[in-house]
Amino acid sequence: MEMANPLPRRKNQDARAPAWATLVRGRAVIPLATLGVIVIAILSIGIGSVFIPPLLTIKILLARVIAIPVDWAATFETILFDIRLPRVLLIAITGAALASSGTAYQGLFRNPLADPYLIGVAAGANLGAIIAMALQVAYPGLLGALALPMGAFIGALATVAIVYALARVGNRIPQTTLILAGVAIGYLATALGSFILLGLSQHVMRVLVFLLGGYSVASWDAAIAVIPFFVIGFAVMFIYARPLNVLLLDEEQAQQLGIDVEKVKRIVVIAATMVTASAVAFSGLIGFVGLIVPHAARLLVGPDHRRLLPLTALGGAGFLMLADLLARTIIAPQELPLGIVTAFAGAPFFLYLLRRAKNAAFF
Amino acid sequence: MLKLEHISASYGKRAVLKNIALTARDGEILGLIGPNGAGKSSLMRVISGTLAPTTGAVRLAETDLARMDRRARARAIAVVPQHSNLPDAFTAGEAVLMGRTPHLAFFGVERARDFQIAQDAMLRTDTFQFAERFVGELSGGERQRVLIARALAQEPRVLLLDEATAHLDLKHQTAIWDLVRQLARAGLIVVAALHDLNLAAQYADRLALLRGGELLICDQPARVLTREWLRRGYDVSALISAHPLYQTPMIALIEEGELE
Repeated sequence: MEMANPLPRRKNQDARAPAWATLVRGRAVIPLATLGVIVIAILSIGIGSVFIPPLLTIKILLARVIAIPVDWAATFETILFDIRLPRVLLIAITGAALASSGTAYQGLFRNPLADPYLIGVAAGANLGAIIAMALQVAYPGLLGALALPMGAFIGALATVAIVYALARVGNRIPQTTLILAGVAIGYLATALGSFILLGLSQHVMRVLVFLLGGYSVASWDAAIAVIPFFVIGFAVMFIYARPLNVLLLDEEQAQQLGIDVEKVKRIVVIAATMVTASAVAFSGLIGFVGLIVPHAARLLVGPDHRRLLPLTALGGAGFLMLADLLARTIIAPQELPLGIVTAFAGAPFFLYLLRRAKNAAFF
Repeated sequence: MLKLEHISASYGKRAVLKNIALTARDGEILGLIGPNGAGKSSLMRVISGTLAPTTGAVRLAETDLARMDRRARARAIAVVPQHSNLPDAFTAGEAVLMGRTPHLAFFGVERARDFQIAQDAMLRTDTFQFAERFVGELSGGERQRVLIARALAQEPRVLLLDEATAHLDLKHQTAIWDLVRQLARAGLIVVAALHDLNLAAQYADRLALLRGGELLICDQPARVLTREWLRRGYDVSALISAHPLYQTPMIALIEEGELE
């Protein structure tokens, strides 16, 4: 159909965005965050009971890619590749996953408090992972490791469906009912999980660490098992970043702007849940990452998900690696559960958000 | 030409539109008037596609809108809502760029042309000067103009204005309506729900008077804004005079029984 354009169009040769549209706040933030994450990662890999200096860490890592004369002890390599690297990688993915899925949930539900834990999804994922753990005790290795994120994904998806149904009032999902339903279902899932864990008493140490959010069980199998869940889920969220922006308006306006609202919501919820599952599969309870990082990122680059999602992934990875560094150095040689560290940072921030929520805008 | 063919619609069991037949021609401003609950907004929602009619069809240049996909429909029809949620953390410029959504490819990145169109829309609505300010910092009227700019950035064939200028001061109200008329003269179809009958008289080419979901009359303002139709539409007594300059009808309400 011929669509006449009532606006007279001016000639336009400029290929770049005009000044007013480069409003895009904080252009340099994402490159800087990338750099920061790399630095934190190298420090994280180096610091521990055996200290490996950052430069040496870089050299050892590079030696896997290019030819460098080996002038370091073989034990360093073992520590680096078999112990530290999988752990740091798993933590980075967990942080990135919690923060980016939190961002997506917050945008989707237009609710600044929608963190994977507060809306119950993480607890549901946890329960799924525990059930998978209970079922797969006999299958170690990568296959067994894959069962955990798979179980977490199924558990999380079931939870999100239940919470969504419970929180819905007519056509809307009010902020309070979402959180109330999420917390209630979250408790239920946690209780069920604990009940199942009682039956797994032969794995008591592993279970305890799992519950409190610890990574001493990190292995390459675990890290590799969660990667596809995170990568696929994150890619889908990122592809839908602009529709997610438009959804921030409200559903009617989004529809009038040509967005298939129900489809976008369904796809993004599944993707975000997949990402959450990748975080929770091996980690246990690590709260607040999905709350602190997205809000800090919004302050830096504004509400556009096309910048927000990558930045929160980077920020989440960096934040959790730092928290982990703290967790394993502060009372060395013992380790603090990671969830305790993030809670110390997160709880005050959450209260601050709650108080601010009354008179300020998040989106 | 936008053609409403025997539209009926309901929310649940409550019928809100009953067999409405209306046509808006290219280049015309069609005003929808009537008391609260008359069905003006519902009719707008049927045209914009957010409320599905139970019977009848909306045709734009012979194409049934129900057969158009969502994006094509959003390229054809833009809505300026009465109340709307505009997230405070977006800048006015970003909010206007949202209007380019139906024109962008799947993983939408705005191109120079999109920025140019958004900028034009802002210049026309006197909003460009605060393109970089946050929506949360704008006054109600400024926000409303941003919404109008967003609708223009959609490059629509049909513009739906649902009480779009009700919150604007006189200067900007006049400026927006002058702009709307200018756009209409260039071929845009405008359908506007209006409470302000004097405004309706001055700017609309034709007025459709609705009540209880039914269309009472659709004709030139001088034939609709009469004592008789105002009584039947609104249950009010009114005196009609003529605008001193344009000779369009001017309505003055009078107390019930004053002239009886």
